[in-house]
Amino acid sequence: MAADNEFEDAGMPGATPANGPGGHGATAIRSSAAHMFTDVAHEPGASKPDPILVATGVTRTFGGLTAVDVDHVEIQRGAITALIGPNGAGKTTFFNLLTGFDKPDSGNWSFRGNDLARVPAYKVARMGMVRTFQLTKVLSKLTVIENMRTGATGQSGERLLKAMFPFLWRSQEEANTRKADELLERFLLIKKREDFAGSLSGGQRKLLEMARALMADPELVMLDEPMAGVNPALKQSLLGHVKSLRDEGRTVLFVEHDMDMVRDISDWVVVMAQGRIIAEGPPHSVMSDPRVIDAYLGAHHDVALDLTEDTILAEAEHELAAQRDEEPKGNHHA
Amino acid sequence: MDFGSILTTTVQQAFGPLAIVYCLAAIGLNVHFGYTGLLNFGQAGFMAVGGYAMASAVATWGLSLWAGIAIGIVLAAVLALLLGIPTLRLRADYLAIVTIAAAEIIRQTAGSVTLLDWFGGQDGLNSFVGDFRELNPYDSAISLGSVTWSPNDFWVMTVGWILVALCCLIVWALMRSPWGRVLKAIREDEDAVRSLGKNVYAYKMQSLVIGGIFGAFAGYIYGLSKAAVIPTDYATDTTFFAYTILLLGGAARVFGPVVGALIFWGLINFLDAFFRQAAANDVIPQAIMDQNQAGLMRFIVLGLALMLLMIFRPQGIFGDRRELAIDGR
Repeated sequence: MAADNEFEDAGMPGATPANGPGGHGATAIRSSAAHMFTDVAHEPGASKPDPILVATGVTRTFGGLTAVDVDHVEIQRGAITALIGPNGAGKTTFFNLLTGFDKPDSGNWSFRGNDLARVPAYKVARMGMVRTFQLTKVLSKLTVIENMRTGATGQSGERLLKAMFPFLWRSQEEANTRKADELLERFLLIKKREDFAGSLSGGQRKLLEMARALMADPELVMLDEPMAGVNPALKQSLLGHVKSLRDEGRTVLFVEHDMDMVRDISDWVVVMAQGRIIAEGPPHSVMSDPRVIDAYLGAHHDVALDLTEDTILAEAEHELAAQRDEEPKGNHHA
Repeated sequence: MDFGSILTTTVQQAFGPLAIVYCLAAIGLNVHFGYTGLLNFGQAGFMAVGGYAMASAVATWGLSLWAGIAIGIVLAAVLALLLGIPTLRLRADYLAIVTIAAAEIIRQTAGSVTLLDWFGGQDGLNSFVGDFRELNPYDSAISLGSVTWSPNDFWVMTVGWILVALCCLIVWALMRSPWGRVLKAIREDEDAVRSLGKNVYAYKMQSLVIGGIFGAFAGYIYGLSKAAVIPTDYATDTTFFAYTILLLGGAARVFGPVVGALIFWGLINFLDAFFRQAAANDVIPQAIMDQNQAGLMRFIVLGLALMLLMIFRPQGIFGDRRELAIDGR
């Protein structure tokens, strides 16, 4: 059931449950999975030693806009990978495509070697790839504990014919409740157990969503902006929780704008801009990659603009010449 | 003014066959709308399918009443599938549009001249209740206090309230189970439920079928109580009466539709009797309203009462105030 023990990770002193606030105890023992990436090229589409998720040629267009155009990307198993990029880079769209919430125009992608093309979202989740949402989706008029119970997969009581007969599902329900209580304890939500999820604060909803995703024992947890709208105090605890997921042997892929978080917890960073993956690398080096800086700040941000007539004319002629060279190729292609 | 007779009429109607009809229809809508969040505006269509299947099986094709009832259940399920397959993957409004149109199509088709031989056109069908009335154990009028019901009515009521109890039991058993939890979760946020590995489409379909079959039960009781099925009985306002009952009693509560039906049908008959008598006895002068106008007053007052209810107790009678304090998303 739990993915914990499937990982032959030498550096891992057993799955250390992060019971303390924020789970910092666990992270001190093993602060990163960076060693997995020692031989990985710092290039877009670099191949990883043990990828859990592989996507190739995934494109999605909305009318004339190409929102996602990913040539190749691999996500390393057992590591925390951050997906960053400026607004409108296509990160969330890519997330939706990977999890079956949207259909791409082309491309194929696989999870643990299983092809995911045309697999509906609920089956993707059952395979062990569970996501959260940028705009937190708690089930407002269900209590916190009911939210958690809903997260468990393979419940026989969720089948119509068995639902009427509690003796067929009661023991499973009790096991799920115990598990839910443990997770609520860990995510510091146990005091809210009987409250409606809709009465929680924004940060608590993020915690609940993450805890609920864990009810399914996912191998890959996909977090869409877990830090959006969370206050700094809670942020630290959320960081600890995300790290503890990796320390349990789960893989984490998250979209985030908060660079401090990215720097702090990710083992590997994938950068998207205008739908493409433009850079990959460990957090400290990728942030100084000129392509990344260009994407965020624009290509001319540190060059004084030279607006004399001659240079503009020269540049224009240069571009025209380049276009003439490209045209025959382009036509041939079409 | 004879308040005794007004109250007698009120009680007689509140527990009478028509209250049961609306109650069953509202129980179905409770499964659809209250628990799953499906906007079915065509509950009258499910009722018509049930009523016409039962009546035409006996009156047109010479089958037994029980065969007709079985056929009705199957056809209600088929109707739910037909409505659900194209619409349940889409946004909620599409189901609303399709169901309200389908209910009208069913009613117009059943009342059409082309199918006169099968469904009796606008006059509908009768002479199918023989089997049912033969089983009637009551041979004289039943009185409780000053309220009296005819033996036929009381027999329909006996069967009807047992059916209501059974439906409530089924709803209660289903909605406390993990299955019911998934329905409620779908009502709150479909995508969240999908992300947790549940086949939302299949659950919505099951909900639509179950609520639709409850609607067919309402159609049976309607047909049996009037000993006739007539197209106009299955018009759109029937659906909206059922919705009113559901909201009055409290959506997503097992006994919401029951209490809602008692109050709604009792109140509407109370108002009817009250204004008729008031106009007839000149308590309300002719200059203000005549007898015909008095007949419409019930809807005006009822509308006002519903508005007040929505303002001061929007969760309905059984609803949980805490739920309303939560904003939708």
